[in-house]
Amino acid sequence: MSYVLSNGKPLLSQKATNDGHAENSPYFDGWKAYDSDPFHPTQNPSGVIQMGLAEHQLCFNLVQKWLENNPEASICTKEGVDKFRDIAIFQDYHGLPEFRNAVAKFMGRVRGDKVRFDPDRIVMSGGATGAHELITFCLADPGDAFLVPTPYYPGFDRDLCWRTGVRLLPVVCHSSNNFKVTRKALEEAYAKAVEANITVKGLLITNPSNPLGTILDRDTLREAMSFINEKNIHLVCDEIYAATVFRQPDFISIAEIIEEDQEYNRDLVHIIYSLSKDMGFPGFRVGIVYSYNDAVVECGRKMSSFGLVSSQTQYLIASMLSDDQFIEKFLLESAGRLATRHKDFTDGLRQVGIKCLNSNAGLFLWMDLKGFLKESTVEAETDLWRVIINDVKLNVSPGSSFHCSEPGWFRICIANMNEETTKVALARIQEFVQRNGDKLNRKEKCWQSDLRLRLSFRRMDDVLRSPCSMSPHSPIPQSPLVRART
Amino acid sequence: MAKEIEAAPSVQLSSIAVSETHGENSPYFAGWKAYDENPYNEASNPSGVIQMGLAENQVSFDLLEEYLETHPEASFRGRGATGFRENALFQDYHGLPTFRKAMASFMEEIRGGRAKFDPRRVVLTAGATAANELLTFVLADRGTAWLVPTPYYPGFDRDLRWRTGVNIVPINCDSSNNFQITTPALEAAYELAESMNIRVSGVLITNPSNPLGVTISRSVLEDILDFITRKNIHLVSDEIYSGSVFSSSEFVSVAEVLEAREYKGSERVHIVYSLSKDLGLPGFRVGTIYSYNDEVVTTARRMSSFTLISSQTQHLLACMLSDKKFTKNYIEVNRTRLRKRYERIIEGLRSAGIECLKGNAGLFCWMNLSPLLEKPTKEGELDLWRTMVHELKLNISPGSSCHCSEPGWFRVCFANMSEHTLEVALERIHKYMEQRRT
Repeated sequence: MSYVLSNGKPLLSQKATNDGHAENSPYFDGWKAYDSDPFHPTQNPSGVIQMGLAEHQLCFNLVQKWLENNPEASICTKEGVDKFRDIAIFQDYHGLPEFRNAVAKFMGRVRGDKVRFDPDRIVMSGGATGAHELITFCLADPGDAFLVPTPYYPGFDRDLCWRTGVRLLPVVCHSSNNFKVTRKALEEAYAKAVEANITVKGLLITNPSNPLGTILDRDTLREAMSFINEKNIHLVCDEIYAATVFRQPDFISIAEIIEEDQEYNRDLVHIIYSLSKDMGFPGFRVGIVYSYNDAVVECGRKMSSFGLVSSQTQYLIASMLSDDQFIEKFLLESAGRLATRHKDFTDGLRQVGIKCLNSNAGLFLWMDLKGFLKESTVEAETDLWRVIINDVKLNVSPGSSFHCSEPGWFRICIANMNEETTKVALARIQEFVQRNGDKLNRKEKCWQSDLRLRLSFRRMDDVLRSPCSMSPHSPIPQSPLVRART
Repeated sequence: MAKEIEAAPSVQLSSIAVSETHGENSPYFAGWKAYDENPYNEASNPSGVIQMGLAENQVSFDLLEEYLETHPEASFRGRGATGFRENALFQDYHGLPTFRKAMASFMEEIRGGRAKFDPRRVVLTAGATAANELLTFVLADRGTAWLVPTPYYPGFDRDLRWRTGVNIVPINCDSSNNFQITTPALEAAYELAESMNIRVSGVLITNPSNPLGVTISRSVLEDILDFITRKNIHLVSDEIYSGSVFSSSEFVSVAEVLEAREYKGSERVHIVYSLSKDLGLPGFRVGTIYSYNDEVVTTARRMSSFTLISSQTQHLLACMLSDKKFTKNYIEVNRTRLRKRYERIIEGLRSAGIECLKGNAGLFCWMNLSPLLEKPTKEGELDLWRTMVHELKLNISPGSSCHCSEPGWFRVCFANMSEHTLEVALERIHKYMEQRRT
């Protein structure tokens, strides 16, 4: 019973040879264009600007200052090295108590202290990526399914499905009601699964939403809770963008909804959190699974052995997040800077008649380019996307990669660059629309008069011609991220 | 700790969640509880349980601390604003180039330069725990099996099987030839799997061995390579204790054997490494997979997204491991100190009338207490183990938890304590053995 292939090579697993890694999606294609020609304000000013990466780069100067003032938070400095030994040895999957306490407190703070989080329910994981996979392993068997409202983060296809064998079924949402997650859509998706003999184990919602940048309102959250209670399935809430809410209405966490009604079965509810977006630390791999279900906490904790947070990082984060004064200032500043960046972009886009979904959170905009499509198809969207990458030189993400049901939507990330690059990106978009306004099949007329367009364009020109003064606090925005070359 | 569950949850969790394959109900972990409840402390609790069940390396921290005190660039302070930001943003699964390079060259140094490692083949994971599971996902389908020589590290039962659905079929080794792996044993394990209708995906060896504390000889490695080539299956060599060999010349890595064969058939071979044992940094979660198979490298790298190493930690270690002066000195001094510990414990045990397997590596020794067993059975071994934990107050690991086929062997860790604590432990053993004689 030996398995010798004709070329004599040993077999790899099915997981190794299938497409479960999801890297063949267009979501990653744009990266290749960026990788081979990355924008740089002085060295490569005509390069591709990275707008496909949801990073929060607006507050590093605050963190840097904090680090300088708190050398003992690092176990590598003279001030902190006496902790080195104890921290280096610490591999307990419960995590450093001070880390768990600090994260629990931070999570509460981010939600306006309207809810309290129990440090004993905090389970670590390798970033939110690891957290999603971990919770899926705990809740579902191979072949089971999770319902996910569209459009959704492309990484879910890999994170929830690749090694777990679990599948994702879409809950289709439409722009007609701003992509609201309706009870009707949930019921439809569930019924479809039942008909196909697929066992639904849970519902995954992302709040604030990626890619929409919107938050779920109280009614929607209550509907979701009532739906999962009725069907007796799990609810996984990805709240990794919770602190990126920069404007009213206030963010409502599922943690608040749970408290509203004693009838809700808490054992069904689990929150995914991370510091990658809210703090801007994706490199530190701080993922959290917070479950109201004791058995899930126990099991999840054991599983976390496969993706613990480095104790060195736990120690640093514990120190930073416990600094109430710093955190208060950080959250305020962060929201303010995100609000400004959001306004800069939405204003700039509006000037050339590009509308975005009305949003108050996230590190991106959900841009409506339906009017630019030759026809309302995925192919037309992909064509437009290639134009944006190759002609406008912006790496944006097409809605189809987010499983959006309507072609023509694009996500552009706006918080991973400094102000200078923001202006360059906007100028390119405006110039492109201006140049091609006639050629493109515009279904909507630009509501700005020509005169105003020309004036605004000239203003952008002036900005570009003036010497580029790089703020010492926002160094060159070249993303250090280098994607895989397949 | 999680609160007590009052009633069973009303909704089902996954089969994985409710299975016992996480292995935490084995005696390997039960001893920990005894320790947790009554931990030895030189000053405040000198009669507490001494932890000898934890394979940690605590003998060389001073070298690391000294490095940090003299190299501020290892922390963020030394790198300025750009440094921190770039580092905090860096989540590329290729890993920090400087770190990958440093790992590859550190692995070469440990092998005395007798093998070359290409940084582009280094895949980073959060610990060897993650590396072993990840390789299993890549190399083996659900329902297939790894052949693993006994006795083996108890954690494999969880790491290789729990979420992957892959089985372990033991390759039985015994004391008649010092637990060496033989070709008949390999063949027998393979046939056993076949008879159970289980397809074998590969062989997983630990070299140096945990719990034996012995390196695998070149000729045995050649036999194993021949075997996996014949069967066209994979070989994973877990070499996480490679830097803990007491004498450099005694360790032969599978990498060296492959080089001698001009890498023929090397696409079946994969090495796991980690800094948890050699550098004593288990908290930092630094594991690597080194594969000679391009497809495995690509896939493993993609999968490492679930378990990347913190960029903060990569930066620190890139600095440290790129410093050749530091690494050369560390490897030598660490080796010497471990050897001295080993010699002390062996001498101490021998003078108490206890023999161990002749070891040449690792953070533990493989102690033979079979002459002390009331009954030469697993139960007899567990009875003796309970005496060790509750009367002598020494948490050591019973061979049965390592799936040893012969009862009476115990793994005793010696590098996770001060020299003084080791003496206290030896003293307790002496007393016990004396009592038994009278």
